[in-house]
Amino acid sequence: MYTLVYDGTFEGLLTAIFEIYEHKLFHVKLIKGEWRAAALFEEVLQVITDENRANRVLKGLRKKLSSTGVQRLYIAHMAEMDNEESTLLGFIRYVFDNDQNVEEDYGNRYVMRISEIIKMVRREKHRMEAFVRFQKLKDETFYSAIEPDFNVLPLLIRHFKSRYADQKWIIYDIKRGYGLYYDLHDTQYISLDFSEVNKPDNVITAFSEDEGIYQHLWKNYFTNVNIVARKNTKLHLRHIPRRYWRHLTEKI
Amino acid sequence: MNVERITEKLNILADAAKYDVSCASSGSKRKNENKGLGNASNGICHSYTEDGRCVSLLKILLTNHCIFDCAYCVSRKNNDIKRAAFTVQEVVDLTINFYRRNYIEGLFLSSGIFKNADYTMERLVRVAKKLRHEHNFNGYIHLKSIPGASDELMREAGLYADRLSVNLEMPTEAGLKLLAPDKNHQDMIDPMNFLKNEIIQRTEEKKLFKKAPMFAPAGQSTQVIIGATPENDQQILQSANYFYKNFNLKRVYYSGYVPVLKDKRLPALNTSVPMVRENRLYQADWLMRFYGFHVNEIVDNDQPLLDLDIDPKLGWAIRNMQVFPIDINKADLQMILRVPGIGLQSAQKIVSARKFAKLGWEQLKRIGVAINRARYFITCKNKEFERRDLTGQNIKQFILAESQSKYIKNTQTQLNLF
Ligand code: SF4
Repeated sequence: MYTLVYDGTFEGLLTAIFEIYEHKLFHVKLIKGEWRAAALFEEVLQVITDENRANRVLKGLRKKLSSTGVQRLYIAHMAEMDNEESTLLGFIRYVFDNDQNVEEDYGNRYVMRISEIIKMVRREKHRMEAFVRFQKLKDETFYSAIEPDFNVLPLLIRHFKSRYADQKWIIYDIKRGYGLYYDLHDTQYISLDFSEVNKPDNVITAFSEDEGIYQHLWKNYFTNVNIVARKNTKLHLRHIPRRYWRHLTEKI
Repeated sequence: MNVERITEKLNILADAAKYDVSCASSGSKRKNENKGLGNASNGICHSYTEDGRCVSLLKILLTNHCIFDCAYCVSRKNNDIKRAAFTVQEVVDLTINFYRRNYIEGLFLSSGIFKNADYTMERLVRVAKKLRHEHNFNGYIHLKSIPGASDELMREAGLYADRLSVNLEMPTEAGLKLLAPDKNHQDMIDPMNFLKNEIIQRTEEKKLFKKAPMFAPAGQSTQVIIGATPENDQQILQSANYFYKNFNLKRVYYSGYVPVLKDKRLPALNTSVPMVRENRLYQADWLMRFYGFHVNEIVDNDQPLLDLDIDPKLGWAIRNMQVFPIDINKADLQMILRVPGIGLQSAQKIVSARKFAKLGWEQLKRIGVAINRARYFITCKNKEFERRDLTGQNIKQFILAESQSKYIKNTQTQLNLF
């Protein structure tokens, strides 16, 4: 039994697959993380991400899967779910070991598990599209903070770019410490230094004058559309789990 | 901006609009053009009220002044409430500012009738026009047409709005006569007909000339209020079916009557909202639209009411035990869709997956089939869960007993209905 350690990137994953096939390693465990931490185990191999090798595997996958199939594998990996490497590995092996395209073989446990993971990621991507709440800053940039369970920020670019083409915006993943910035032309990844921003004075002066007014109006609206005679807390919580509340204007 | 005054208006005019249950913001294909603001193609629910309904549009009335006196409506002339009216500009500002903060997908604007139909409709159209032309706004706009408005205004409305709706309110003409003496059935049918024809014509034009303007790309919908008048489910679903067929409606919404007014023609003020019934009607409507059921298979003269204990698909299955069990590995998609415990997505996955290998319970479970329901109606590769010796009544009891504890917990308030 070998343990392969890779850097957590998609290219790293594909490189690992390359190694597995090249060295005919049948009993392997794949983990992401620090080489040093894993060095405690026996027979550990460090995967050094290699673009060339990764591309060869990707090419192989493209032959066996449809383009959505490849895209789905990528998204499943993006989820960064703990201990799902064996699923990714199992899936890829299943794909390579079969002559026909197996991406719709839902009776297979890897195919099904990938489909479950994707469903969870998609749901959260969709939730973020819904729950992002922008606040207008003095310089007319619209700022939003999120803390999704999965790493969905890169999946949000297309949606927000085509929706808010005429305003500058930032969506910041506080949990992972990076954000997206759209400057009216392009989007780019950024990281912010919050040590200054979080000082009380700076926070209040950062927002535009009407920001408070619209937040107030929105909260009022939210309260007034509720029909008390139909109260249904269970349903409410199913739709907006509590962990998202702290960034929702209407729930603060 | 006078914040206090706007807040008060918003409170009054959101409160009065909330009983309209239509909420969809999908079905349009409006793109963001020329770096404008927004697009309308996703149908995102941005929040949920404490009653669990989604908030996707800023749903407000332009005014709650009204010259009519419909018994079921809070805005009716003879109801003693605070009145307010937005200016066109105020609605535009609210929409744009809420949209920019990602609170909403767009605007759903309806109105009480001040002065007359055209006067009111003209204002609704002005809001939409301003949003589209002055703000390059491509978000979703749903306008509620005012019955009796001129064709000219309706036509203009269709150029700016993604969806138009004319609310039927009561499922039958008789029901409407009773509760809305100022309105008449034909005044609602006419604009629906007009819209239907206009939509068909514009779609044809669009095929010929790519540049032809869009006309209500998300189509038209309507709403009926349930439980204010004595119509049974058969009448309600028959009438929905009639409107789907004859007016190409995209959606019929069923709104359980919330008793807000004292009136001897109406259910008493302490009557509960018929939530379970409303939910069953939605389920039945889905069966008609997506599962290939004919309305007569769901309700008929012998069974004019939907069963409140069980959903209509299970109801149909246990009345039609002769068609079961079906073989999951052979049956066609249409038949698989009729099995209780199997939804649209699972049915499609089954059809894909069985090309690779015969499916057994293990695989079905993985695909997302609710085995505790489906087991009574299907066969697959292995036999262990099959139950084939039971009558429809037995099955109903088994399924109810299994879901009993869960059911009671979930629906405590709703059970008070019976
Ligand atoms: S016309 Fe419309 S707003 Fe006026 S009372 Fe009737 S339902 Fe209410």
